Amino acid sequence: MSHHTTTPKSFWTPANIITAVILVVGIALTVKRFTMGIGSVTNLSDDNPWGIWIGFDLLCGVALAAGGYTTSAAVYLFGMKKYHSAVRPAITTAFLGYAFVVFALLYDLGRYYRLPYPLTIYPGPTSFLFEVGLCVALYLTVLAIEFSPAVWEALRWKKIRHLAHSLTLLLTIFGVILSTLHQSSLGGLYMIAPSKLHPLWYSPYLALFFFVSSIPAGLSMVIFEGGLSHKFLHHKMDEAHIAQAPEVTLGFAKAASVVLFAYFNLKWIGVALGNSWSHLFTGWGAWFLVEVIGFVLVPCLMYAMAAREKNGKLAFWASIVTVAGIVLNRLNVSLVAFNWQLPAEARYIPSLEEIMITVFIVTLEITVLRFCLSKLPILHEHPEFKGAH
Amino acid sequence: MKRRKFIGLLAGAGACLAASPAAAGGTHHFEGYPDSHGVLFDSTKCIGCRKCEAACNKVNEMPAQPVPFDDLTVLESKRRTHHDTFTVVNKYDVDGKPVFRKIQCNHCLEPACASACFVGAFVKDKTGAVSYDAKKCVGCRYCMVACPFEIPTYEYHDPVTPRVRKCTMCQSRIEEGRLPGCVEDCPKGALIFGKREDLLDIARERIRKHPDMYIDHIYGEREMGGTSWLYISGASFESIGMREDLGVTPAPDLTSGALSVVPAVVGLWPMFLTGAYALTKRKEKIFEEEQAHAVKDAVAEAEAKASKKLKTAMDKAERDKQAAIDREVKKALKDAEAARKKAESAPADEQ
Ligand code: SF4
Ligand code: SF4
Repeated sequence: MSHHTTTPKSFWTPANIITAVILVVGIALTVKRFTMGIGSVTNLSDDNPWGIWIGFDLLCGVALAAGGYTTSAAVYLFGMKKYHSAVRPAITTAFLGYAFVVFALLYDLGRYYRLPYPLTIYPGPTSFLFEVGLCVALYLTVLAIEFSPAVWEALRWKKIRHLAHSLTLLLTIFGVILSTLHQSSLGGLYMIAPSKLHPLWYSPYLALFFFVSSIPAGLSMVIFEGGLSHKFLHHKMDEAHIAQAPEVTLGFAKAASVVLFAYFNLKWIGVALGNSWSHLFTGWGAWFLVEVIGFVLVPCLMYAMAAREKNGKLAFWASIVTVAGIVLNRLNVSLVAFNWQLPAEARYIPSLEEIMITVFIVTLEITVLRFCLSKLPILHEHPEFKGAH
Repeated sequence: MKRRKFIGLLAGAGACLAASPAAAGGTHHFEGYPDSHGVLFDSTKCIGCRKCEAACNKVNEMPAQPVPFDDLTVLESKRRTHHDTFTVVNKYDVDGKPVFRKIQCNHCLEPACASACFVGAFVKDKTGAVSYDAKKCVGCRYCMVACPFEIPTYEYHDPVTPRVRKCTMCQSRIEEGRLPGCVEDCPKGALIFGKREDLLDIARERIRKHPDMYIDHIYGEREMGGTSWLYISGASFESIGMREDLGVTPAPDLTSGALSVVPAVVGLWPMFLTGAYALTKRKEKIFEEEQAHAVKDAVAEAEAKASKKLKTAMDKAERDKQAAIDREVKKALKDAEAARKKAESAPADEQ
C-alpha cells in the first residue's frame, strides 16, 4: 500500500466496514462458543449432532478447495503447460481453504485441543473420519509447501524457494492421492448411516460420488475465481496471466463438462442400484431432480456450449451454477436429506449465531486471500523469478 | 529416493486401514463374545412405572430430574435419551391399549459407534457392554451420526470437557457380579439379565408357549448384526417406535468395502500418475525434438536462402562494377578518339 496516496478515510469503504462488523461479531461469538460450550451458539441436538459447521464449513469447504489438486495435476502431470498461470491462484485458494476448514473444525469439536489424537495416540482406522483426518492433515502440509514459494519469492529467499520448488512433481502426485482419498472419504462418512439418509442420496457409491463431483467443483472454482480476479484484480495480473486466462477458462470448461456428465450418469446408476425409483415421485424426488438436473445437467450443457462457442462469459456463469450445485449436494447429504424420517420439530435448522460464525470464518478467509493476492506474487510473476517455474 | 519414501509412508497408512478388522471385508461374521451378557425386555410385562429410570439415575449418580420419577404424566409425550438420562420409557397407543417400551443403548455386537469413532473411544467388552472412554474422545460426535438407534447424547453446554453419554449396561456392577440398576429395580420382571444365549432361549420359549401373546420376532437377535439387548413384544415393533428397516448388516460392513479401496488407491495412483507424467514428458520430448529438428531445417533453409541472396547480390555488384568499368573505359576511349580527331583536324586548318 502506498503511503502517499492513501488517506485514512479511504480505508473505510463500505466493503471494509461490513468486513469489520462481521469480524467483531465473529470474535464475540467465538468467545461465547469457547466459554459457554457449543450448545450456547448452535441448534445442534442429540438427534442432529452435525450442523452447518460440518455440512458447509467442512464438506463444502473441502470440495470447493479441490481446484488445487485438479489444476496442479492438469499442469504438472498431464502437461497442460498453457494453464500454468492458473496453478498459483488455485494452490493459494486451496491452501487457505483447507487451513480454514481445520480452523472451523476447532469450533465444532467438543475437545478441539485433542485434534491430533486420531493421528497420534489413538488411531481409529475403522473410521472414514480417521481417513479424512489423516489425509487432510497430510494434504494441508503438502499445500503449505506448494504455496510457500510465493512467500519465499516475496522475501527473496532464493535457496529455500528453490528447494520448495524442486519438490513440485512429488507434491503434485502426493496431493492427487491424498485428495482422491479424502474427497471420497467425506462421502464415505455417511455410508455408515443408511437408516438416516434418504434413499435417493444414500448409496454405497457415496464415496465415489463425492470424489467425482469434487473435480468439476475444483475446476469451476478456478474459472469462477479467475473471472472475479479478472474483474477486480486486473491491475495485479501480469501479461501471461491475462493472456492465458481465456484459454484456462475454456479448457477447464470443457473438462468440467465431461466430468459433470459422467457424474450425472453415476447419480442415476446410484438410483438404479438402490432401486429408489418410487421415491422420485415424492417431494424428495422433486428436490432430487432439482439437484441432479438443475445443478448437474444444466451446468454440464452450459459448459459444453461455452467450450464450443469459446464463450468465456457463459463458462463463468456455468461455474457459478456448478459451485452452487456442489454446495446444494453437500448440504442435502449432510443436513436436508439427513434425518429425513425425524418429525419436523426434531429436525435441525441452524441458529443465527451458528450461521454468523460460519460467515465470520468465510469472511476471515476472503480477507486473508485478498491480502495474499495483493501482496504476494500469485497473479503475476515475481520480477526476480521470471520464468523460473 | 525421496518420492519413494513419501509414497511408502502413505502405503503404510493404507495398509493400516486395510489391516483393521472393519476393512477386512465381509468374510467373517462376529457372533459376539461367547458368554457375554445382555438384557431381555418384555413389553408385555412392562407397566411404565419408570422405576428403571429412577434406578439408572441413582446408579449413575445423575442430577435430580425436573419431573420426579413417580410422575407418570411425562409418558404422554415421546422422549429420548439425554446426557443426564441414559434410559427412558415411552408409552405407545396400540389398538387403544397402552404399550410401554424402554430405550437405552442396545450394546450392539458390532457397534456402529465403535466403528465410526476415529480414536477408538468405544469398545465392545467381553461382558457384553459397549463402553466409552472420555479420555480418548475428541468430541466429533460422529458416533452419534452413526448409531442407528439414536442413542449417544452429548454435553453440548460443557465448554472444555464435554462427554458423549450413554447407558453403560452397568459394566462395573456386572464385573462385581451384580445386576444392572434398571434390571434390579424392575418390579414386574420386564427386564431379565443373563447370558445372551440364554436370553435368546428364554425369548424363543415365551414366543413358542404363547403365540397369541407375542409376535414371532426377537428384536435385536439379528438387527444391525445383533445387539446385546433383546426385545419381545405383543405389538409390532414398528408400532412401539422401533425401526424395522435397519437390516441385518453389521455397521462396520457398511464401510469396510469402500475403505478397502484405500490401499488400492494408495498402491495404484502413484503408478498411474507417474505414468501420466512420464507420458507427458515423453510427448514433450518428442515434441521438443521435432521442434528442434524443424528449427534446424528452417535455419539451414534460411542460411541457404541467405547465402544465395548474398551470392546474387555479389554477382550483381560484380556485374555492376564490371559494367561501370566498361562504361568508363568506353567513355575514355570515346574521349580519346574525339581528342585524336580534333588534333588531326586542327593542323590542317593551320596549313
Ligand atoms: S446402540 Fe448405538 S450407542 Fe449403543 S452400542 Fe449400538 S451403536 Fe453404539
Ligand atoms: S465424539 Fe468422541 S466417542 Fe464419538 S466418535 Fe467422536 S471421538 Fe469417538
